Amino acid sequence: MREKKLARKITYHTFVILFGIVMIYPVLWMISGSFKDNADILRGTLSLIPTKAKLDNYANGWRGFGGTTFATFFKNSLLITTIATFGTVLSSSLVAYSLSRIRFRGRKLWFTCMIATMMLPSQVIIIPQYLIYYRLGLVPGYVPLILPYFCGQPFFIYQMMQFMQGIPRELDEAAKIDGCSKYRIYSTIILPLLKPSIVTTVIIQFYWKWDDYMGPLLYLSRPASYTASIAIKLFADSASVTDYGAMFAMSTLSLVPVFLIFLFFNRYLVEGIGTSGLKG
Amino acid sequence: MFGGSSDKKTTGGKFIYREEVVGHVFALPFIFGFVCFSLIPIVLSLYYSFTDYSLGTKQAELIGFKNFINLFQDEVFGKSILKTLQYVLISVPCKLAFALLVAFLLTRKSKMVTLYRSLYYVPSLVGGSVAVALVWKQLFARKGLFNTVAKSLGLATINWFGDEKLAIYPLVLMAVWQFGSSMIIFAAGLKEIPSSYYEAADIDGLSGLQKFFYITLPCLSPIILYNLVMQTISAFMTFTQAFIITAGGPNNGTMLYALNVYNQAFKYNRMGYACAMSWVMLVVMSLITLAIFKSSKFWVFSESES
Repeated sequence: MREKKLARKITYHTFVILFGIVMIYPVLWMISGSFKDNADILRGTLSLIPTKAKLDNYANGWRGFGGTTFATFFKNSLLITTIATFGTVLSSSLVAYSLSRIRFRGRKLWFTCMIATMMLPSQVIIIPQYLIYYRLGLVPGYVPLILPYFCGQPFFIYQMMQFMQGIPRELDEAAKIDGCSKYRIYSTIILPLLKPSIVTTVIIQFYWKWDDYMGPLLYLSRPASYTASIAIKLFADSASVTDYGAMFAMSTLSLVPVFLIFLFFNRYLVEGIGTSGLKG
Repeated sequence: MFGGSSDKKTTGGKFIYREEVVGHVFALPFIFGFVCFSLIPIVLSLYYSFTDYSLGTKQAELIGFKNFINLFQDEVFGKSILKTLQYVLISVPCKLAFALLVAFLLTRKSKMVTLYRSLYYVPSLVGGSVAVALVWKQLFARKGLFNTVAKSLGLATINWFGDEKLAIYPLVLMAVWQFGSSMIIFAAGLKEIPSSYYEAADIDGLSGLQKFFYITLPCLSPIILYNLVMQTISAFMTFTQAFIITAGGPNNGTMLYALNVYNQAFKYNRMGYACAMSWVMLVVMSLITLAIFKSSKFWVFSESES
């Protein structure tokens, strides 16, 4: 009986691990591809081990396009992503506080609007948004890629509201009796206690924004202002033969920040996504 | 800072400390964003959809319903609707079923389970990136990894991106492959089901499959609804993958709706026409979301009812 149980256990774990490897195989293949030469990649072998490993791809890829290296592209990505993420945390926590803790007229209305925005397909408003920015003379530029993030992101507002429900109201009351205004309560009580939710927001927003392709595609036109996601696509667009090795090398590099976050904040990420769908 | 002194009624005191004012001050970022980046664009988009408008070359000129009439005579438009529906109707149910299956598989009490969940989340983590889209293109290329495997198994190789009927499937597969977030939400939901339900079922002698259909599924139904709505919306908006992997081809076989809108607006500079398409999309998606919610009455069980 015990042996049978053990056998079942081993089968289970082997199956789950093998299947997991199949799932992440494309990613592994890309990483190994960054060390292979073009011929090796195009042969379409299953093997993850290059016939002769080399780092040339990284050097070639890093050189970039038309004198702009990947140092610039990554710097641009980092700049946009950091500012947008900061904006998301700041604005979303403010809005979440007002919608969950302050009783004011219009609260219900704005809450409904927020939920509606969450379900609104963003592509429906992309064209008019573009036209507005264009009229304001902000295209091309970074403003359209950053400004909306300072206006609260519904997905995160909703998540923070859920989290705030777990913060005891007695704390607010006590602070109020001590003479704290709502502004003080937000900055000295709610914000510090909101930390786990903020960490989740930072992680998710960071990798969403880092991966964003359509935004930069629409709003950036000078190569020196390109983000990494746009620059990587340029490898495939080049008129001559595509340098797959270099493309995979830079693709791999572009995923490094995402993986690092995943490695260190895995728990927050899983919890954040898990709770967002519940209690709704 | 302490202008409120100790009065209990916040309606008194300085203007800036009144409950009404404080609420609006905190909500201001959203109110501003909602009006400027959602409300005004939607209204503008409706206006432009009745105009002939090209950026830089042609001022918006009202032409009545002409855009909408043209839409229904536009072959690419019809095809893009059919292809998008095909994409959504196949990818979303497969993705959710797969996510549920894996979540169910990973509910065992074992320390490894957390690790496994992370492993299975990796595709979702990187799937939206340009990098992975480019890898996908290579995997399904004529001499790509997929065909190599097929060949070694003695199967016929398939020219995925050369056939307009087949080209959509690598994209569908890619969507299903990114089942991670749905899986994690399902896993969190599975944890919430009281174990006493299963114990009662054991006493009644229910089989594993019966337990799944009579306990797990009904208990999870609100979460299935949430995932279904969210995944349907995001599937309708798929852009990056189609843009990078196939660019809509061959012969518009992967011309997903969002890509078609993008092309009309930014490739052909037909802003009015593209806005009309956006509005059709908004209406269609609202109807579909509404239909899902309406139907949920029949298949979603809430605790309060039973």
